[in-house]
Amino acid sequence: MRVAGLGKTYRIGLSGDRPTTAVEAALRWARNPVRRGSHELFDALDDLTFDIPWGEATGIIGRNGAGKSTLLKVLTRITAPTRGRIELNGRIGSLLEVGTGFHPELTGRENIYLNGALLGMTRGEIRRHFDEIVDFSGVAQFLDTPVKRYSSGMYVRLAFSVAAHLETEILAIDEVLAVGDAEFQAKSLAKMRDVAKDGRTVLFVSHQVQTVTALCTSAIYLDKGRLAYEGDVAGALDLYRRSFEKFALEQRDAGTRPGSGELRAIDVEIGEDQLEPDGEKTILVRVGANPKLIGSYFVSCHINDVNGSVLVQCDSRVVGGWYDAATEHTIRLTVRTPWLKPGRYTVDVFVCKTGVLDAWEGAAGFEVLPHNPYPELAGDEALTKGLVLADFDYKED
Amino acid sequence: MVQTVITPPGRFSAPNLREMWNAREVLYRFGMRDIVLRYRQTAVGVVWVLLQPLVSAGIFSIVFGQVAGLSSDGKPYFIFSFVGMLAWNLFSQVLNRSAGSMVGSQALISKVYFPRILVPLSGILSVFVDFVIALGLCIVLLFVYGINPGWPVLLLPLWAVLIALLGAGLGLAASAIMVRYRDVAYVLPWLVQTLMFASPVAYSVSDVPSNLTTLFNLNPLAWFLDLFRWSLLGTPAPEPWKFVGAVVVSLVVLTWGMFVFQKFEREFADVI
Repeated sequence: MRVAGLGKTYRIGLSGDRPTTAVEAALRWARNPVRRGSHELFDALDDLTFDIPWGEATGIIGRNGAGKSTLLKVLTRITAPTRGRIELNGRIGSLLEVGTGFHPELTGRENIYLNGALLGMTRGEIRRHFDEIVDFSGVAQFLDTPVKRYSSGMYVRLAFSVAAHLETEILAIDEVLAVGDAEFQAKSLAKMRDVAKDGRTVLFVSHQVQTVTALCTSAIYLDKGRLAYEGDVAGALDLYRRSFEKFALEQRDAGTRPGSGELRAIDVEIGEDQLEPDGEKTILVRVGANPKLIGSYFVSCHINDVNGSVLVQCDSRVVGGWYDAATEHTIRLTVRTPWLKPGRYTVDVFVCKTGVLDAWEGAAGFEVLPHNPYPELAGDEALTKGLVLADFDYKED
Repeated sequence: MVQTVITPPGRFSAPNLREMWNAREVLYRFGMRDIVLRYRQTAVGVVWVLLQPLVSAGIFSIVFGQVAGLSSDGKPYFIFSFVGMLAWNLFSQVLNRSAGSMVGSQALISKVYFPRILVPLSGILSVFVDFVIALGLCIVLLFVYGINPGWPVLLLPLWAVLIALLGAGLGLAASAIMVRYRDVAYVLPWLVQTLMFASPVAYSVSDVPSNLTTLFNLNPLAWFLDLFRWSLLGTPAPEPWKFVGAVVVSLVVLTWGMFVFQKFEREFADVI
């Protein structure tokens, strides 16, 4: 697979938007037949050039809005590129979102055929894989029931099974592995690994660093639509992690942050820089005053792990935390559970009223010390699974 | 191994026929979906298909035949307007079904690639099933009224296909434009209804004042209605230019519709 100079440009309207009704378009044209609507160009992807060799499982990573999904959409021909050229050796199949193309009124069997055809399988291929698909999904008894009566788990499993049995030479996957229960996730992951081992090319977009490491043999790191890194997985992940720190620095300047800006957080502090896993975490948020803003606002703090997954959301509304915008406040947030695993964490702070006044991602960071909060010591593997630690015990009944 | 090259689309691009052929399974599955849904969800699916033209023809024969006292080329008014409704329904259903199809399949279009033109085209299949069912009833009625159309009935499939293509051509263009301008969805039904009364569905062109005949002769649907009635009721054969015109107009409109669709296609996923 070869990509050369690929670019995708969107037009963003400045004066209002582009007309959405024919009447509006005609009126606009009648008023001003010469001038084209003023618009700004936005490069979602710019000058991407890379090769993915045959049989490689490549992860595409990058921050939100880096163009990962757009790249997959262009590669799978859902949307057309603006510049450049893509050469694909072989058919490309995509698993962008499971279950699109399922019709609730049709039975499981009919949906397998419909969905398979949509994904580009021929009737022969579907028939050949039919039993495997049914087997994999585990919904054999309900094949002739309309899928609207399926539980959401069954629905997703069936949809994923169809897609997983695509026989295309290139397979593009966008964050679909996070479906179903743990058992099914493990099964899907194994299936994906098999696909890659078969010598087929896999493109994989994900925010979950664990799955990228587990699945991919190489990676591409995108930054604002440009190719920032191409090579092994470790290098790309390293860049990805470092991008959070760089981003945090930029966000210190309130002017660059998103949000209406009517009210800004001045400062965010963590009680201590280094914390015990089972210790209380205190976050101090100082929010400025705006006498012109009438009413009260609330704050919401998110704690993210090093991979960017949001672990907890502490919204002050749910505990009755509303603050008067006329005066400055220093708000103390105390988080008692869950216990955090050793590692780096970042805190996002949002100040909101009816809309978002200030969105400060990466407002603060802290480190959780590599201590074991549990009474007994065990090997590392006793703690590695799971995103957070829980306060638990075992007792015999 | 197939090699695919993706490049930015040009200003005009012809539909890729080979790709469409490769994806024919999608067309078939879409068609089956529509048919299955129609006849499974509504227990009275078939009855509905039969009732609609029957009631319309009944109303027309009362209003136009009895109240207005129009002639019907020497045929019973009921069967005369029933055949009109048969042809008209085929055209308008194909047009309506395909026009709304793109907006109706938003989720699909922004998530998976397949030749998009298959979405509006797939509607034709289920409309044809309805047509065949209504045609069956029509044949029963012909026996009831003792009408024998003779050999022109053999040409009926041709007229049916051509009028469907005409509807599909307009529907393709409408479906593409509707993606960008949603108000087309409100204007179209009104236009279709206006067109129905402007076409000799429920009346005969022979009742039209002679100074307006030229205007009626400009309407391709009037030609088709003539052809349908000639093939089913044995009314006098239409002028030869109507035969040629019907073929040419349907093919031209279909091609035009495809090109309009293709022109809009490149931005579907971004706009929808």
